[in-house]
Amino acid sequence: MSDQESGAGAVPAPRDEHGEVIGVRKGMFGADNGGDTSGYGGLIRTVTLPGATSRPYGGWFDEVADELEGALEEQGLLPGNAIEKTVVDRDELTFHIAREHLTTVARTLRDDPALRFELCTGVSGVHFPGDKGRELHAVYHLRSITHGRLIRLEVSAPDDDRHIPSLVAVYPTNDWHERETYDFFGLIFDGHPALTRIMMPDDWQGFPQRKDYPLGGIAIEYKGAQIPAPDQRRSYS
Amino acid sequence: MTTPHATPRATTEGTVYTVTGGDWDEVVESAVKSDDERIIVNMGPQHPSTHGVLRLILEIDGETVTEARCGIGYLHTGIEKNLEFRNWTQGTTFVTRMDYLTPFFNETAYCLGVEKLLGIEDQIPDRATVLRVLLMELNRISSHLVCIATGGMELGATTIMIYGFRDRELVLDLFELITGLRMNHAFVRPGGLAQDLPPGAVDQLREFVKTMKKNLPEYDKLATGNPIFKARMQDVGYLDLTGCMALGATGPVLRSAGLPHDLRKTDPYCGYENYEFDVPTADSCDSYGRFLIRLEEMRQSLRIVEQCIDRLAPGPVMVADKKIAWPAQLALGPDGLGNSLDHIKKIMGTSMEALIHHFKLVTEGFRVPAGQAYTAVESPKGELGVHVVSDGGTRPYRVHFRDPSFTNLQAMAAMCEGGQVADVIVAVASIDPVMGGVDR
Repeated sequence: MSDQESGAGAVPAPRDEHGEVIGVRKGMFGADNGGDTSGYGGLIRTVTLPGATSRPYGGWFDEVADELEGALEEQGLLPGNAIEKTVVDRDELTFHIAREHLTTVARTLRDDPALRFELCTGVSGVHFPGDKGRELHAVYHLRSITHGRLIRLEVSAPDDDRHIPSLVAVYPTNDWHERETYDFFGLIFDGHPALTRIMMPDDWQGFPQRKDYPLGGIAIEYKGAQIPAPDQRRSYS
Repeated sequence: MTTPHATPRATTEGTVYTVTGGDWDEVVESAVKSDDERIIVNMGPQHPSTHGVLRLILEIDGETVTEARCGIGYLHTGIEKNLEFRNWTQGTTFVTRMDYLTPFFNETAYCLGVEKLLGIEDQIPDRATVLRVLLMELNRISSHLVCIATGGMELGATTIMIYGFRDRELVLDLFELITGLRMNHAFVRPGGLAQDLPPGAVDQLREFVKTMKKNLPEYDKLATGNPIFKARMQDVGYLDLTGCMALGATGPVLRSAGLPHDLRKTDPYCGYENYEFDVPTADSCDSYGRFLIRLEEMRQSLRIVEQCIDRLAPGPVMVADKKIAWPAQLALGPDGLGNSLDHIKKIMGTSMEALIHHFKLVTEGFRVPAGQAYTAVESPKGELGVHVVSDGGTRPYRVHFRDPSFTNLQAMAAMCEGGQVADVIVAVASIDPVMGGVDR
């Protein structure tokens, strides 16, 4: 943690000039500009995720990237079309994949002897309402037992077209994981054999893990004081 | 036909019988009369041998299961959503409740993820890491004991159940001594641990290792060579390596197919590369192989626990960075463990800055730089992965747990279809699913 991020009251400087802006946070302590004398209401913080990395990625990352690009070219697919960008952050390699090429890329990663990512640890959804046109992200972690490696695939879909191809044909283990992500985020995995809700009741309305879905909860009285519901409490983020 | 035990009811899917503890003869009799020989049995969600609230939907033809499906979600508590409304440190209190038989694995996996995002992996004190390993290995023993105990109980072997819970109690006593709680500890925190070992803990740990070394062979004597036990377990719940890889099964299920894949060896965390232990495998791909693996893993865990005790050197158990480390010190008072009076005296009486610091860190929490990380630990059930996303705030933006029980439970259909109804219980028990982890 660098100095500029450590103090909550300090004005945070942008972390990375080339990062990917996914949203802007305004104010702090729930203070808005109207009637706020603390000055915190005027705080503006840009949320930036680590941006694209240029080569060399370091370690075996380059080898995997080379192999993947080579294998995609062999199939007549331009790597630049399939891999939107590559991010190396915190010793982890992430390929952002264009959704229409996800199945091809996953199959290549699984079958190519030099890549051989035979184990998929499922899919995790992330909802970035501020990332316009790419609101819903599906994140896959692939593990190669043969080579002892772990990579991440990230696919995004806009909120008004929530479709991502299903990986169940490539990794059958994703069956329940995709149902879970559908259940919580409303992402529709095209080609899934039976995309139904898995955790929530079948007739549930809405997708609970989306950021626009409230947590809910009720205020509690404790020793005479009212403790608001968790989503109504003061937020510092 | 109407009986108080099995009332028939016509539906669009055919006649449905609700059996309420009566005898099955009525149902079978009626089924024989009808032309359709297919019976769909709904087992659970409150059946004692479904490990919590798991619902199994079995289509049976005589005694043979032709199709098996799971219904899950009965224990969904929205922990991942709740995490997004608490600060990073409060997160451990939630994740420890996911798979309630493996609390230390949930906590450690989560904290490793937060520490990776913070970039402080190298600053975690050695003593904290050794204690984390120690607690995880003790936890592995207690989790496997429950699996073997309940698995035995489901076969009607109540002695092994009593043995298993007897020994698990020893582990829980240690947990209570060290963390103050038998489960739901929230003891592993981002940056280290909540508390150091209490006085006398090392002696009790050594005593426990001695007792367990005496008790573990009893399971061998009781079950390993037992012909009835073997007859019920062998070749039941078969899943070969191809099936495991396709279905993403890890842990004892994968190792029973012969692949020695264990994250402690292949992708070490918490310094596991410095411990000596073996990864047991079996090549039978069945429930019996998984039972043997669990027994051997407990022996290996004991070896690691011994090495941990030898390695414990005095030192801090929390990261030195005061912007992350929890400010409050705990101390034992006349009314139990609570905030140290010295600390209260200092912040309330002498140092305004310390009070501000305490207040800010406890109410607001620390900020975690934006980004995402994936960390995985080898839980007793398999790969427990945590995907943590931060937006630079004091709360997690998104935390996703890849729970091994959830993934492994998908293999239930592949293990049970074509087998006997009675074997479904054995197969599910050999997966060792814990619904708290499956549903989260």
